Amino acid sequence: MRRNSKYPFIVGFLIVPVALYAALVLWPYIQTIGYSFTDWSGESQKMNFVGFKNYTTLFSDTVFRQALWHNILLLIFLPVITILLALFFAFLLNVGGRGGTAGIHGVRGSAFYKVVFFFPQVLSVAILVVLFEAVYRSDSGGLLNGILIKLHLENADKPIEWLSDPSLVLWCILAILVWSGVGFYLVLFSAAMQSIPKEIYEAALLDGSGRGQTFFRVTMPLLWDSIQTAWVYLAIAAMDAFALVSALTPGVSYGGGPDHHSEVLSTVLMRNFLYAGKSGYACAMGVIILLLTLILSIVTLRVTRRERIEF
Amino acid sequence: MGTEFNRRDAVKRALAIGVVAIPSASLLSACASSGGGDSSSTPSKAAVSKGNPFGVEANTELDVLIFKGGFGDDYAKQFEKLYGKEYPKAKISHNATQNITGLLQPRLNGGTPPDVVDDSGNAQIKLDVLQKADQLTDLTPLLDAPSVDDPSVKVRDTLMPGTIELGTIGGKFVTLQYVYTVFGLWYSGKLFKQHGWTAPKTWADFISMGAEIKKAGISPFAHQGKYPYYINVAIVDLAVKNGGMDWLTRLDNLDETVWDDAAAKAAINAVYEIVQKNYLLPGTNGMTHIESQTAWNQYKAAFIPCGAWLENEQLKATPSDFEMTFMPMPSLPGDKLPFDALRGGANEPFIVPKKAKNAAGGMEFMRVMLSKAGATSFAQSANSLTVVKDGIGDDVQLRPGTKSTVTALKAAGANVFNPTYLQTASSLDVDMGNASSELMANRIKPDEWLKRVKAATVKAKKGS
Repeated sequence: MRRNSKYPFIVGFLIVPVALYAALVLWPYIQTIGYSFTDWSGESQKMNFVGFKNYTTLFSDTVFRQALWHNILLLIFLPVITILLALFFAFLLNVGGRGGTAGIHGVRGSAFYKVVFFFPQVLSVAILVVLFEAVYRSDSGGLLNGILIKLHLENADKPIEWLSDPSLVLWCILAILVWSGVGFYLVLFSAAMQSIPKEIYEAALLDGSGRGQTFFRVTMPLLWDSIQTAWVYLAIAAMDAFALVSALTPGVSYGGGPDHHSEVLSTVLMRNFLYAGKSGYACAMGVIILLLTLILSIVTLRVTRRERIEF
Repeated sequence: MGTEFNRRDAVKRALAIGVVAIPSASLLSACASSGGGDSSSTPSKAAVSKGNPFGVEANTELDVLIFKGGFGDDYAKQFEKLYGKEYPKAKISHNATQNITGLLQPRLNGGTPPDVVDDSGNAQIKLDVLQKADQLTDLTPLLDAPSVDDPSVKVRDTLMPGTIELGTIGGKFVTLQYVYTVFGLWYSGKLFKQHGWTAPKTWADFISMGAEIKKAGISPFAHQGKYPYYINVAIVDLAVKNGGMDWLTRLDNLDETVWDDAAAKAAINAVYEIVQKNYLLPGTNGMTHIESQTAWNQYKAAFIPCGAWLENEQLKATPSDFEMTFMPMPSLPGDKLPFDALRGGANEPFIVPKKAKNAAGGMEFMRVMLSKAGATSFAQSANSLTVVKDGIGDDVQLRPGTKSTVTALKAAGANVFNPTYLQTASSLDVDMGNASSELMANRIKPDEWLKRVKAATVKAKKGS
């Protein structure tokens, strides 16, 4: 009896958010899947059903494949580098300090460093773009080139064209993503580290473990949940990277250049969607991206599943 | 205990999947349209007369969407004033943006487009795409309407040659390319006088002069590396002057064998000479148009390729004594067209969307633009010529750059050409640009460039 009377109450609470979710998220998804089977141009409501043609074209689209590969590269490097850096810094700021008799604390000035590290996180993408346009500028007026030329590490007549160099451009974008992301994960990991009881560290100290051992044997396992969350978030960021690539890299309509060397799935999608008038085709790409992200998140959560440690 | 953990895990997993799904949702929902209906109410029409050839209703609102780029949008406000004089009761809504696609595309899909649009800039919706989607009003009535200044003359007869051809897509005149632009190389008259240089007429002179310029500590050539469109213009113009008008016709018809011709080879080899001789401004391959043009304004480079909008775009960065000067592309040995021949033609496409509520008003707006008063106010507020023949009186003061384009245009006479493949084969333009970037960065050689562009031409012909 009591169990049953609970349901109307729960349903009453859920109906509005579920309806909103269905209208604003699920319905566009379904529409997109529908459009992906048409030759919709994106500029009017006229379209014809073409079956799986968009999907079969997709497989032979070298630019799309190239973009996919770039996303995979980001997927591998972005989470690893960001998490390692964030963990390293968080460790130093919270438990890395030594020498005092009080035991566990961060390196000197850690409160200040926390603000410094977190700062990039508050900048919007638009500001990042302006900032890094100046950093990567291809003549001696750029920050990086300016410094390298001043240090005589680079010939002023042959400056490095960071974002126009096919072998550098993707890594330049990766560097921005890492730079702007580390601060957030540092704070996330800091919070998790502070919730670890000091006694555990003190016990480790008494047993004579060094910094490295404390990190790998104590901190890492106790932070596993946070790392897992960070991984999923970073994987999403790696699947996206749209704003930076489209605003910073060369290439007609949404960047991706030089010669498609920084193309990501979303830039190829947008170029087809808005510039080339192949919106049906772009929707097929959208569906593929959706599938990939779903598979990715399931795999990530499976692989990183471990025994939980309670304390 | 066990169930407790499972439930928490399940919730967590669901959350994570939800988080993953959200960003892709934003990507996907960009694709989803609102599914607006096709119901377009046919607007009531006023009586057609000589003064009102399209039957504009006096109090119908006019909705104007302008690309706010190199020309700004003050000129459009001038047009609106002129329109308002004719129809004082009509409310005019003025929107100016750099992101035409973002504002226009949802309105086209929703069936409620503006009445007249300047569909230009980096985020323009390509005209071939709009034409295929049947979103453009046929503007032939505009051509046949009496002109504002002299009702006995049709608008058609007040236009510069080539305007109608360029505005014709798929056999119908659907876009008014309003600004008359010449393309070529630009230099500073002051810098050249200072060093006693004279503008070269042949490519050989240009190359030998480059050595001299370099000695003076200046880079001979800059280009807008991040946007390879500009260097494409230089390459294609060299080839057209060498191969003649037939060559251009074949290119516009997407005949891929043009790239096997000696003309194409001569042109690409000529441009590659700049790279080989190290004549490029350091870093120019990665610079935006503003960055490279500003470096040129700072006398860091001698020549830069561009269209005639350059002067207005660089107004703030140009020193007052710079003496911006235009010249056609230098001649190659065996050129079929004379040195004075240049790329010139209309651009800045204005359209009236097919489902516009006040399409008649949109066309009337264009008729106003094509009046002498319209052309003059454009020349004054945007520093550029329009497609209106003799549109500017002698009393109008032009800036040095614009003045030099008028001189060049007079010298060119009938030898003015204008490729149309840019309008009809967007993908060729993109692929050629990628190849050109690689060539300018010396990562590929002219032979590879020709091979890639030939393949791109075949691809464009297939329409993929």
